[in-house]
This record gives sequence, C-alpha cells and structure tokens, in this order.
Amino acid sequence: MTRLLQSLLDGVGVGSTYALLALGISLIFGVMHLVNFAHGELITVGAYTAYFFFLHGGSWWWMPAVIIGAAVLASVATEQIAFRWVRNASPFTMLLTSFALERLSHALWQIFVSPKQRPFPKPAWVFNSLTLGSVRLEVMDLVTIGVTAITLVGTAIVFRRTLFGIAVRGAAEDFDAARLMGVKANRVISGAFAFAGLLAGIAACLIVMRTPSAEPAMGSEWLLKAVIAAVIGGLGSFSGAIIGGLALGLLETFARAYLPDVATRLDRFSTGIVFIVVALFFVLRPQGLFTVSHAERV
Amino acid sequence: MLELDQVTTRYGAITALHSASLRVDVGEMVVLVGPNGAGKTTLLNTVAGLLRSTAGSVRFEGADITRADPARLVKSGLALVPEHRRIFKDLTVEENLKLAGITATGSERRARFEDVAMLFPVLRSKWTTSAGFLSGGEAQQLAVARALMSNPRLLLLDEPTLGLAPTLVDVIFDLLVTLRDQGRTMLVVEQNARRALQLADRGYVLRSGRIVATGTGPELAAQTDLFEAFIGSPDGRSSEDHGS
Repeated sequence: MTRLLQSLLDGVGVGSTYALLALGISLIFGVMHLVNFAHGELITVGAYTAYFFFLHGGSWWWMPAVIIGAAVLASVATEQIAFRWVRNASPFTMLLTSFALERLSHALWQIFVSPKQRPFPKPAWVFNSLTLGSVRLEVMDLVTIGVTAITLVGTAIVFRRTLFGIAVRGAAEDFDAARLMGVKANRVISGAFAFAGLLAGIAACLIVMRTPSAEPAMGSEWLLKAVIAAVIGGLGSFSGAIIGGLALGLLETFARAYLPDVATRLDRFSTGIVFIVVALFFVLRPQGLFTVSHAERV
Repeated sequence: MLELDQVTTRYGAITALHSASLRVDVGEMVVLVGPNGAGKTTLLNTVAGLLRSTAGSVRFEGADITRADPARLVKSGLALVPEHRRIFKDLTVEENLKLAGITATGSERRARFEDVAMLFPVLRSKWTTSAGFLSGGEAQQLAVARALMSNPRLLLLDEPTLGLAPTLVDVIFDLLVTLRDQGRTMLVVEQNARRALQLADRGYVLRSGRIVATGTGPELAAQTDLFEAFIGSPDGRSSEDHGS
C-alpha cells in the first residue's frame, strides 16, 4: 500500500512536468502543425540563465521569474527568427527546422559555455520531506504537483475565458477560418509560442530545482518524453496532452517500482518499457487517446 | 464598392480564374452562378485574401486590396461566409461569435451580440452548446451570424444553402432577403441559381474560370438556354451539386 501511494505520488510528480511540456508541444502543433523538437531547448535556456545569474549572486527567491522570462523570450524568438519563414512550407521542412534549432542550441552552449555540466546552488528546502503515516512526502513532489495544478487551472481559464485563448482554439481547429474572422496569423502564433514558453519555463524551474545544473543536451531527454506524451494524448488535443503526460509519468514510475529486481538494477529498463508501450500504442491506436477530428489544415 | 479588374488566380499549373472582371455597387445584391469547378469559390477566396491572384487587381471602396491579408480585410469592412461553413465545432456558439467579433471593441461586440440574437433566435437558445452539435441549418445560420459580428459593409456568401434540406434552404433564402432589405451589400455564390438570381440586382455567370454572361438578376434568371448551356439542368441546379 505504501509503495503504491509512493509510486503514485512520484509518478504524478514526474508526469506533471511531462504534461506542462506536452501541452506546449500540442499548442504549437495546433496552430501551425509543427512538432517542435526545439521545445526542450527552452529548459536548457532556463537552466543556463539560472547558472549565469547565480554566478552573479542570484537567489532562488526571484530566480523562477528569470527562468520563465528567459524561456518565454527564447520561445517567441525562435518563432520570429526560424519558424515564421517556413510557416507555409511542408510539415517535413518545419520538422527539420526544429531539429536544426535543437542541434544549434546544443552546439552553442558547448562552444560558448562548456560541454560539461555546470552546477549551481539548489533551493534550501528541496530535499526536505514530511512523513504522513507510513508515506514519506517529499516537499519537492508536493511543490511540483501544486505548481502544475495551479498552472493547468490557469491555462484552462485562459483558453476558456479570454479572447486570446478562444482565438488559439479556433485557429487550431481551422486556421483560415480564424483569419476570416479577423484573427491576425502572426499575433496568434506568436502568442501561442509565448504561452508554450511560459509552460516550458515553469517546467524548467521544477526541473532545475531538483537537479540544479545546466548542460548542453539536458533538454533533449525531456523533450522526447514530452513528445511521446503529446502523441499518446493525440497531438493538438490540450486535455489529451495533460493526461498523456501524467500517464507516461505513472507508467515509468510503476515500471521502476514493480518490475523484478533485475530491472531495478538496470534502471534504464523503465524507459525501455515506456517505449514498448508507446510502440504498441502506435499500432493499436495511432490517432491518440483523444482524437482531434479536424487536425488537417485545409 | 468592390471592383475586380482582369483577376487571374492559379493553383500551381491550373488556372482557376481567367481575367475575371466584375463589380458590386453599394447596396446591391450580386449573384455569381456557374457549374461546379467554374471558379466561383476561387473568386470569393481571392477577394477575401485567402488566395493570392497572379494578375489583375481587386479594389474595395477605392483601396487596392489585391494582396491584403484576410484579417486586415475584416477590419476594413469585408466578411466572407466560407464554403462548407467552417464554423469552429470545438467552440460553443457564444465562443464562435466572440471570436468573430475580435476586431470590434467590447461595447460594439455586446451590441452586435444583441443584433445577431435578434436575427437568429435559434442560436440564442443554443448559446453554450458546442457548435459541433448544431444541425446543418443552425450551423449555416451561425456561419452567417459570425460574419455579421464584424458588421461588414460587404458580405460575401459562398454556397449558403449547400447540403441543406429544402425547408432550411427556404430559411436561408428568407435570411438573404432580410439582409438585402436591410441594405447590406452582398456578393453571393449560390447553387440554386435561378432562385438566387430572381432576388438579385445583378448577376454574373462564371464558366471554366471566365465570366461568360452578365445582366440584371431577373434577366439572367429568365434565360433558359443560358442555364442549359452554362449552368446545368434547366432548374438551375447542376446535378453534381447534390450531396456535396
């Protein structure tokens, strides 16, 4: 029972970070049919920003705001510098552009900072835990789940209540019809990138609080998981992305907790299980859990 | 008000519109008819900015709008009800209308909500319903209501009765009459050619991307030979239109 609760909590903790990233990927896919493989680089940008500010006497009190700001700026900048010019190109061209950005980001950090990991201080409370009965609750898990829950509620309000949110949903369903209503293409796409940057920035904060360091390729592993989560949920479906992220996090954690000891020693096995399940998923339900019936832009 | 001068539009190697010229004056209802694939939708989409013409010019209220962005055109007073309606099925009726009023200020938008609710009582009762659950007739009314949210001086309608049951076709035709009597300038593409022409001030016949005939609405509606030669069956419906 304890192990079950523990796994559940851990799974939701990891899964909610996947969910934040997957939501950003789904959002961008919705408005421009791009699977943005450079999305994970926003985590890297956030981490290096924290590293630089800590070199000059940074504090965790205001660091989250700086990390999020950097991720938003970087996200909007990639759209204006790179993706805007290939917007009407084939999805394959857009995909390659995003791969190029990802590689470019790795190379730039390696050349201008260092190929090695750069650590910085962690928040003082990060490894604290409270015990509730027989379950040990890590403060960081609670923070992660709490922050994600607030972020998702905020996101839901933005998409349900604001004109920006409605415009993004409309544009995701039928981009040209949205333009016929007076929605400005540049503005709605820039806005979607900014919002995806915000979500990635929040995810980056949660990630670097746990492992306070920056290294060139740190975004890629998270990105892969987030893409898988978005695909499980059905690309372009916002609620699907959240559920996909949580499902993936739980799957990973439970695989680690309940597989035989052999597997525990080979910790990477849990990633293997995830990929096998995802492969099965592609075969059995290629359209994702939540089908977006009109994802094709006409 | 609207003037097309020798407009040519291509899809890759295919020329869908060949040097088409037409004009719509203030307060007029102009109907554009022709068989399937004649280039009617291409013409409307070119005017609305969804397609770029390769030659010729489009002027709206004296300004050159040949290469204008659809969003800018909405702001300057031109709205298109696109073919197949293209309402946002994931959004509620209210959200569809809210989005359609994106160019208006808050108070303008509220005033137009009132106007639209008056004109389309059926939508008022479905305010918070997802538009995907609307019937064909309701969806078409929403599509027109959406275009009216920007209070356009020129309204373009592409096949507003497409796929609707006969009684609903009547509802849409009544709506066209209401809009015409309100003095709204309209350019309408319609498969029920004769019926639409009878309501129109003027009409154009488009065939294989070229304007082949023009005249007053009733004049064109009366020309039986024209219908057989250019549009299709004598009742003005081309057989391919059914069920599409």
